[in-house]
Amino acid sequence: MTTVLAQIVWAQTVLAQAVDAEVVGATGSGAAEFWVFWIMAPLSLAAAVAVVVLKNPVHAALMLVLNFFTFAVFYAILQGQFLATIQIIVYAGAIMILFLFVLMLLGVDQDAATGPSRLKGQRIAAILMGSALFIALTAAVAGPFMGTDSACNTSEPVLSEIIDQGEQARPCLGLEAANADGSTDAEGFSTAEDVGGGNVEQIGFLLFGKYVWPFEVTSVLLVVAAIGAMVLGKRKDNLADLTDVGVADPPGVPHELVVAGRGPALEAGQPPVDDESPGDDPIGGDPFTDVAAGQGPVRDDPLDDGPLDTPPGDEGSRQ
Amino acid sequence: MSPEAGIPAGYYLLLAAALFSIGVVGVLVRRNMIVIFMCIELMLNAVNLTFVAFSRINGNLEGQVLSFFVMVVAAAEVTVGLALVVNLFRLRASIDADDADRLKL
Repeated sequence: MTTVLAQIVWAQTVLAQAVDAEVVGATGSGAAEFWVFWIMAPLSLAAAVAVVVLKNPVHAALMLVLNFFTFAVFYAILQGQFLATIQIIVYAGAIMILFLFVLMLLGVDQDAATGPSRLKGQRIAAILMGSALFIALTAAVAGPFMGTDSACNTSEPVLSEIIDQGEQARPCLGLEAANADGSTDAEGFSTAEDVGGGNVEQIGFLLFGKYVWPFEVTSVLLVVAAIGAMVLGKRKDNLADLTDVGVADPPGVPHELVVAGRGPALEAGQPPVDDESPGDDPIGGDPFTDVAAGQGPVRDDPLDDGPLDTPPGDEGSRQ
Repeated sequence: MSPEAGIPAGYYLLLAAALFSIGVVGVLVRRNMIVIFMCIELMLNAVNLTFVAFSRINGNLEGQVLSFFVMVVAAAEVTVGLALVVNLFRLRASIDADDADRLKL
């Protein structure tokens, strides 16, 4: 445990230097952190419970946005200014907009769950197991750092507490040094070169230095995810897509059933999408219907359908 | 516990554990697939909070870098997952997870 003592001595030295250099203070005092935490933590927990409890998915999404904002505040007081910004831009901005967009697109404002669940006692069992998980996580992860010696600030009571506990102390080293002049290894000694700057510069230094290979792999991941979303979002019935001139599917009926002629639209006497008369079609004729009937080659773009390569069979239908 | 002593780092870990457990319960209890996705996001964020708290405890920024990578993976996961939900809604006209119980239409 001599490394712990070395850490404490090193942390005190660094903190003294940091106070001299006036880089501490950007994160506030312990009292400010105290009040921010005790205001934000109940808000965060309440928003999380509301996400699970609220029946309307849109309300749940808005509560999740609130929860993400509290996370951003936590990151900020945990000296992760870059992550706080990214949290708001990426999570509260992009990802939640995506959620709300899909919710509105599908028109599922009401909760889909009607009727009893198929598993008996699932709710009770889930709550019991969640509580058990919480207790296990608390004991395993949070337990060793619950003492006042683990507080991250420069106040006198914390330092005296650390010194009193000696080798048993679990001190919090804080990120003042790492944010100011380079990363540190497990012993708290600088491993990276001194690049100066703040949290953003230091994370950039790590991302494009030590972690440049994982960073490049994530770019591949993002490309794969974008292509995957496009492939999944593409409708399988290309024919109906290309000839769709604005007849909407009846509400509550899957698009595939309507296209296959199995939806209630046919039973109600409405003409299906594919059977419009050529005179009503603004394109004039319907080469894609002909393609479906096996009368011509498959084309992707009607603009490519020039007169030179148009088969004679299509000429009549285009008038 | 006086305000001047600040917040022990374990309190953040405790909060993250509570939020993760709430997310797990939400995934198990809710049947709306989009809400299940939201609960998964909640769990990922709780893990991120743990990373950032440990980053501060250890005086080491690598936890924050790992948290950044978790955010990237979460964004990719949401993109593909929501596309799957939209596809399933087209097939079943429902986003109830209990309705997705067959491999064929």
